[in-house]
Amino acid sequence: MAERSEEVKLLGMWASPFSRRVEIALTLKGVPYEFSEQDITNKSPLLLQSNPVHKMIPVLLHNGKPISESLVILEYIDDTWKNNPILPQDPYDRAIARFWARFVDEQVYVTAMKVVGKVGVERDAAVEATRDLLKLMEKELVGKDFLGGESLGFVDIVATLVAFWLMRTEEVVGVKVVPVEMFPEIHRWVKNLLDVDVIKKCIPPEDEHLDYIRARMESLKLKSV
Amino acid sequence: MADEVILLDYWPSMFGMRTRVALEEKNIKFDYREQDLFNKSPILLEMNPVHKKIPVLIHNGKPVCESLIQVEYIDETWPGGNPFLPSDPYQRAQAKFWGDFIDKKVYGPTRLIWGAKGEEQEAGTKEFIEMLKMLESELGDKTYFGGETFGYVDIAMIGFYCWFDVLEKCGNFSIEAECPKLIAWAKRCMKRERVAKSLPDSNKITKFVPELKKKIGIE
Repeated sequence: MAERSEEVKLLGMWASPFSRRVEIALTLKGVPYEFSEQDITNKSPLLLQSNPVHKMIPVLLHNGKPISESLVILEYIDDTWKNNPILPQDPYDRAIARFWARFVDEQVYVTAMKVVGKVGVERDAAVEATRDLLKLMEKELVGKDFLGGESLGFVDIVATLVAFWLMRTEEVVGVKVVPVEMFPEIHRWVKNLLDVDVIKKCIPPEDEHLDYIRARMESLKLKSV
Repeated sequence: MADEVILLDYWPSMFGMRTRVALEEKNIKFDYREQDLFNKSPILLEMNPVHKKIPVLIHNGKPVCESLIQVEYIDETWPGGNPFLPSDPYQRAQAKFWGDFIDKKVYGPTRLIWGAKGEEQEAGTKEFIEMLKMLESELGDKTYFGGETFGYVDIAMIGFYCWFDVLEKCGNFSIEAECPKLIAWAKRCMKRERVAKSLPDSNKITKFVPELKKKIGIE
């Protein structure tokens, strides 16, 4: 870890899985950082200046220089602070890890959003589609404690989106999207995650989080009316 | 033991082109296998069971999917010659950011330009030009996106160049008029022998698009 003064600032949002995954990475590596909660309904000049292309959180500012897109940020963190590596060393294993990370963000996340955002038949279809995708994740976990193997890795950090966002929506939506009978490995993996101090420290507190999800669902329903 | 490198690809794919260029730039011998996307082969389905899409890079029997992941894999596995990604972590992050931008923001509008009509097509054209201008602004006066050496972002974008002609015809606009620096950049890239041999001629793509539209059922 660097001795010289390093300024690490994260423009983030407490309930965002994309923001929290960056916090997990920084905390795992013991990197001190300043967290700046952003109001995404009223974007700050700093956010707009730091991410003019997408205008989204999270944005990591390292000694004033901005890095955007959470997967890019995670790799930057791994490249910059070499302790407790997140990505594997072998190029093939890295390619596989990157593949699964994108799978979570581009497939699972997109489909799972429809579970919260839609109702009735459309929601049922979204639940089915999400389960089909998660069956692939379930297979990956057989014989492994974590998606990264013996210890927490890149894909686990990204897939906290499934463990602590998607699975938490079940309470609010009233549908068991990820039932334990269908996904015993995923449930086992979530328990393993909860045993990791860094994870416990960095995920949003459950009660507040559920309230937030409920409020978001209501506002989505209002928007679709 | 010699490396066995197979590429499952589809000749007009801008994504497949990235991997072709990357392999050629590193001077890697590979077995190019043209795929019929309307009748997917057993090897494609076996090697990319999750997405069933090309390109798929198979190295000594092990598949790597997703074109930008393949480009990075190629760079890491065959480190000789000019690296595609810079060694500085911040510059690497910038390169990956723009690669991701091209995937998320540039590709989508192209489908509307050649595949849609009326307002949808116009919206696609407008969006595409806006995204190209952002790229052009990032390029600035540099030779390549990464500076003096041909690299990751150039590889991510150059496959779109052979599609420019058909996009201009469909959307009734001139990319050179909107983004002259980007066109100059593309021409510089095409002067690289290994890039030029990896990519189809523009007019092949232009002739292909109406056939593609018929095949997928749009007029």
